[in-house]
Amino acid sequence: MPSMTTRKARWRAPSVLPGFGLTFGFSLAWLSLIVLIPLSTLFLKSAGMGWQAFVDVGFSERALTAYRLSFGTAIAAAFVNAVFGLLVAWVLVRYEFPGKRVISALVDLPFALPTAVAGIALTALYAPSGWVGQYLDPLGIKVAFTPIGITVALVFIGLPFVVRSVEPVLADLGKDVEEAAATLGASRAQTFARVIFPAILPALFTGFALAFARGVGEYGSVIFISGNMPGRTEIAPLLIVTQLEQYNYNGATAIAMVMMLVSFAVLFTLNALQSIRRRRLGA
Amino acid sequence: MIRVQNITKRFGNYPALHGIDLEIQPGEFIALLGPSGSGKTTLLRIIAGLEFQDEGQVYFNGDDVSDIPVGKRNVGFVFQQYALFRHMTVADNIAFGLTVRKARRRPAKAEIKARAEELLRVVQLEGLGQRYPGQLSGGQRQRVALARALAIEPGLLLLDEPFGALDAKVRKDLRRWLRDLHKQMGLTSIFVTHDQEEALELADRVVVMDHGRIDQIGTPEQVYMEPATAFVSHFVGETNRLPDGRHIRPHDFEITATGSDRVIVDNVFRKGGSWRVEGRLTETDTIVEIDVDAHEAPPTIGETVTIAARRARTFSSAGDR
Repeated sequence: MPSMTTRKARWRAPSVLPGFGLTFGFSLAWLSLIVLIPLSTLFLKSAGMGWQAFVDVGFSERALTAYRLSFGTAIAAAFVNAVFGLLVAWVLVRYEFPGKRVISALVDLPFALPTAVAGIALTALYAPSGWVGQYLDPLGIKVAFTPIGITVALVFIGLPFVVRSVEPVLADLGKDVEEAAATLGASRAQTFARVIFPAILPALFTGFALAFARGVGEYGSVIFISGNMPGRTEIAPLLIVTQLEQYNYNGATAIAMVMMLVSFAVLFTLNALQSIRRRRLGA
Repeated sequence: MIRVQNITKRFGNYPALHGIDLEIQPGEFIALLGPSGSGKTTLLRIIAGLEFQDEGQVYFNGDDVSDIPVGKRNVGFVFQQYALFRHMTVADNIAFGLTVRKARRRPAKAEIKARAEELLRVVQLEGLGQRYPGQLSGGQRQRVALARALAIEPGLLLLDEPFGALDAKVRKDLRRWLRDLHKQMGLTSIFVTHDQEEALELADRVVVMDHGRIDQIGTPEQVYMEPATAFVSHFVGETNRLPDGRHIRPHDFEITATGSDRVIVDNVFRKGGSWRVEGRLTETDTIVEIDVDAHEAPPTIGETVTIAARRARTFSSAGDR
C-alpha cells in the first residue's frame, strides 16, 4: 500500500478534491475532439506536402502581406480596444446612471451579432457615400476598403473581451486603496497612474490578448469592409478561403499552419508574462 | 491641538453623528470606543477628511481645516484591511507618500530610500523591503501600513480598527508595540475600536460613543470606575443591572451569609484569575454574574446563596439608554 501512494504522489500532488482522474480524462477527451485532433490534422496535412512546397505557399509574397495585414490590424484594434474598453468598463463600474443596464447589454452585442451583419453595417456607414464616410471622404480619410476599415471591424468584434475582462477586477478594487493614496497626498491623476492602473493591468492584458486573438481569426465582418484587394486589403483568413475555392488544399493548409504557429507563439508569450507577474506578487 | 466642534453628519435620513465636540492635546493617544453604528469610524473619517460633515468644524492647531481635502491635512491613516498597494514592494509602499510629492517638496531619491529603510527598522521589518505585501503575514502587513502612514510625518495619526483583522496573540503583541511607538515618536493618535479591553489598555483617554453621541470622555480609570451613563457602564467592562436600578460589576458582588439578595447558581466556571458564577435572583429571575476570588471555594451549581454589593451605581433616566 505505501509504495502505491508514493507512486501516485510522483504523478500529482495528493489533494482532498475528488474526481481528478475522471474530470481530467473528460477534459482531455473533450479538448482532443474539439481542438487537438482538428489541429493535428492540419499538421499532418502540411507535413505531407513537403518543405519546399510549404515554404513556397506559406511564405509567398501575397501570404506575407496578408499576415502582416492580419496581425497588424489585429494588434492595432486590440490597442484601441484596450483604451476604449477600459473607459467603458470604468464608466460601467464606477458610476450609476439611467440606462446602465442597457449599455451593459449593448457591450455584449458583438458576441451575438452575426459578424457579416456587423461588416455590412460598418461598410454602409464608412463607405465614401455612407453616413460617416461622407464627412471623412472630403478630409481625405478613407476607412472602408482600407486597413483602417479592417481595424474598425476588428475593434467592433473585440470590444466585449476587454470590457468583460477589466470590469470585475475594477469592481473588486477596494475603495480603501484609493483613499489610502489620497491620505498620502497623491493627486487623482497619480492615484490612477500609480495605484489603480497597475492593479487592473493584468486584466487589461488578458482582454488585450483575447481581443487580439479574436481579431487575427476574424473573417465574416472583415471581408465586407476590406474590399479584399490582393496584396493590399486581403487578410490571411480570406487568403485561406480563396485557396480553398481554388481547390488548393495544400496552400490553404500551409497558410493556416503559419497563422496558427504565430498566434500560438503570441498567446503563449502573453500568458507566460502574466504568470511571471502573478508569481512576483506572491498571489 | 485638534479640536472638533459641533460635528453633525447624516447619511440620507440616517443620523450618524449629532453635535460632536472633542479636544485632543498634542501627544495624546485617544480611543474612540463604541459598538458598530455608534459613529466612531465616521468621526475618524471626518477628522481625516475622507468624509465631510454636514455641520460643524474641525480645527488643527487653531486652523479650520473643514474644507481642506484629505491629501493636504497631513494625517496618517491606517485602514482596517491595510489597503496596501499590492503591486508595489513593501519599500515602495512605504515611500509612496514621499514619491507623490511635487518636485519642489520631494526629497532626493537616495533620501527617500533611506527614509523607507529607517521606517522598516522602526516597524521591525528590516530586510523585507523588497517583498510584496502578498508575501507577508497579517501583522506584518499592518506594520507596513503603519510605516507608510508615518512616512509623511503626519501631524496626526488615525487608525481605523487597526487590529481588527488580526488573531488574538498577534493583536496583543502589536498593541503593546504600538503604544511604545506612539510614545517614542511623540505622535498624536486617535484610534477606533469596539474592543473595550484594547481601548483601556492603550489610550490616554477614551471617548465612549453610542448612537452618534459621545457618552463620556475620560481616562480608562474614569470610564471604568465612574461610568457616566448606563451604556458606558455596560459597554466598558461587565455590569449587572438589577431590577431596582442599581448597576453592579461582577467583582463588586460578594457571596456572604449576611447578603440581602438570594441567587440560585446556574453555572460556575473559571475566568482568568477568578471564578465566574452565573445565577438568577430568586425573586425576579434576573440573571446576575458574580466573580468569586480564585482562592475561595465557589458555590456549587443548583445551590442558593445570598449576595451583597460592595459598590453600586445608579444613573438618572436621562443617561439611561
